[in-house]
Amino acid sequence: MREAYLDNSATTAVLPEVAKEIYDSMITVYGNPSSLHKKGLEAELELSEARKKLAVCMDAPEECVYFSSGGSEGNNAAIYGLAEKRRRFKKIITSAYEHPSVMQALKRLEKQGFEIMEIAPGADGRISPTEVGRAVDRETAFVSIMMVNNELGTINDIAAIARVIKRKNPDVPLHTDAVQAFGKLKLNCSKLGAQVITVSGHKIHAPKGIGAMYIEKNFRLPPFVVGGGQQTGQRGGTEPVAMAKGLARAAEIAYGKLSENRAKVAELRNRLLDMLKDEPEVTVNSPDEALEYVVNISVTGIRSEIMLHHLESRGVYVSSGSACSKGAKSHVLAAMGFSQQRIDSAIRVSFSPLNTPEDVDLLVEGIKEGRKILMR
Amino acid sequence: MELKEIILLKDGEIVLKGLNRSSFEDRLIRNAKQVLNGLGGFKFVKSQSTIVVKPFEGSDVDEAFERLKKLFGVISLTRACVAPKDFDEIAAYTKEYLKDVLPEYDTFKVNAKRSDKKFPMKSPEICAELGGILLDEFPHLTVDVNNPQVTVTVEIRDESAYIHTDATPGAGGIPVGTGGRAALLLSGGIDSPVAGYMMAKRGVELVGVHFESPPYTSERAKLKVIKLAEKLCDYSINVALFVVPFTRMQERIKESCPEELFTVIMRRYMMRVATKLAERQECGALITGESLGQVASQTLQAIKCTDIVSDLPILRPLIGMDKKEIIAIAQKIDTFETSILPYEDCCTVFTPKHPRTRPTLPVIEGAESYLEDAEALINECVENAELMILGAPGRRNNR
Repeated sequence: MREAYLDNSATTAVLPEVAKEIYDSMITVYGNPSSLHKKGLEAELELSEARKKLAVCMDAPEECVYFSSGGSEGNNAAIYGLAEKRRRFKKIITSAYEHPSVMQALKRLEKQGFEIMEIAPGADGRISPTEVGRAVDRETAFVSIMMVNNELGTINDIAAIARVIKRKNPDVPLHTDAVQAFGKLKLNCSKLGAQVITVSGHKIHAPKGIGAMYIEKNFRLPPFVVGGGQQTGQRGGTEPVAMAKGLARAAEIAYGKLSENRAKVAELRNRLLDMLKDEPEVTVNSPDEALEYVVNISVTGIRSEIMLHHLESRGVYVSSGSACSKGAKSHVLAAMGFSQQRIDSAIRVSFSPLNTPEDVDLLVEGIKEGRKILMR
Repeated sequence: MELKEIILLKDGEIVLKGLNRSSFEDRLIRNAKQVLNGLGGFKFVKSQSTIVVKPFEGSDVDEAFERLKKLFGVISLTRACVAPKDFDEIAAYTKEYLKDVLPEYDTFKVNAKRSDKKFPMKSPEICAELGGILLDEFPHLTVDVNNPQVTVTVEIRDESAYIHTDATPGAGGIPVGTGGRAALLLSGGIDSPVAGYMMAKRGVELVGVHFESPPYTSERAKLKVIKLAEKLCDYSINVALFVVPFTRMQERIKESCPEELFTVIMRRYMMRVATKLAERQECGALITGESLGQVASQTLQAIKCTDIVSDLPILRPLIGMDKKEIIAIAQKIDTFETSILPYEDCCTVFTPKHPRTRPTLPVIEGAESYLEDAEALINECVENAELMILGAPGRRNNR
């Protein structure tokens, strides 16, 4: 059966060339980068080469890039680290539609006495810098706002948010979860104005289990994983040399074809929206100016999970909400103030440059068919 | 409205030079070009005591500004926006150019410099008019002429008008290369890169000399020194680095000479080898990171014993500095973190338990006489020294 994998914001297939690079590195450069002997040095050099390449992709100085196990670790490390660093202050500002790895960490901090202030997205699905500025005060510990929302694809102007924070209280650090932006938008880490930035590998055709953090030079974030002092003590644990190489390779591929990929994916998105335009009961939840990689739609009357399994039976893979919430009701769409019916019937289509127009056709056929069979 | 940015470099001490001034400025421009390599095209125009750096379309101005901050010979630098020489245009450009900057301040003043006297408005008029317009545009601002948080400057020059805020301090000093060339003994510790930085600031071009002792010292120790030399390139443009295999020499000294004199004798041989390498590269001096009394080999008596083997002047810019002061500079020039990486270096191999702190020349010379193959060993070091040329940031692949 022909298949169409359209759940690329959940995860992606590892590219064969990335997998090969990892495999080769694993069996040849197996030394521990901290070992003093030659095997260690070889591994250290490979690791620093990978860091250098990744740093170029992120527009960051190499000494500001740290490898982690992925987005959730990066976000946890950022949130708990910032809370520790700024523990004398009690207010944390965030958006109402963060990824669970940010939200849940903040929930825990709330129990410890922090006050969490959530800013709701506007009708355009974006967090207004002005509102962030209004919220920042003398008591603010830090701000955490994602760059691209994982369910809607809306893009927040992190640079503008950083500017208003700096104006209101220059001591307040900013973290941004850039997992969904990485490999799809230029991050400009050095100039963005955020002190901590999280990215992950498996959304851009690298394996699960590898990610990276940008930490501004001389910022000194208290480490989250402590151990043998690896990565200048910022992240303990023997460095995953092969995985780091894979991440750097995948990032190089993504950034090497950034505009080409965006154009290609935009065409897929436009094809999808065109074909659904006259379809009754279909509402598009993603705003027009959202990142083209994510399209969130609701087919009124058909619950998300039912539609998802129907599409699955036809070889089409999408998600209901984000894969991380395992089908729970979307807090993102709720934050947008959508009706219960619209939230209940939302599905997320997320592209990769590997998708084809035929994938879109298969999806649309599936949705049309589903409406006929499943609509009561 | 298309905003075009330029960078204004203010010459430092160069302006005090008489007839040589133009050669100093030419060198400064040549150095600036090397530093900006890889960031796109830039045009350089000399104008009074300023050098105007004009980026071509698509050049990375942000990174260029960062790199020029480290260029010796520049006392201060400013990013400015180019506007047509018409007051309404100037006002419109100022509003647009400073729309993200002015919200960060509460008080300001406008300063006008009119070097083109044909411009219809006089400086005080420009200040008053533009100040009013900015107050309307940014109502949170107030004027403070005595102690403003930010000064908005408008320069009316012959070619166009420049709009900018306060200048950023530059690296100072004089352009590298105008002070000749010297060989820097680079161990990998904290002091020697700082010594190199200080002499580069006075216009000296650097040639590094590093002694390695494999297998007692590792490849990592060598890579660390290369990294330090590369970091120095941010300031001294190019660094030629000699890596000298020194193991055989050290082993022979150890076999032939009394243990407590090992360090001083080893340093005398380092000086001899460095002098020969320095002469090959037409260096006029040696530079070391010695600070008086820091370790046994850095006493006046030990320095006398090492100085005498070289006919080149030996510059010791750190001689009167405390470790704390040296570390502060190392942190500023970003060599500290690399310097403290914990690898063995050649100076710590075979270190005597109780080195002689007050060696005398006759004793040292007597001890050295047992090293019969000294001349051959020195030549071996010189012949086998590996030379690498490390370049300005633009020519390295990493940022």
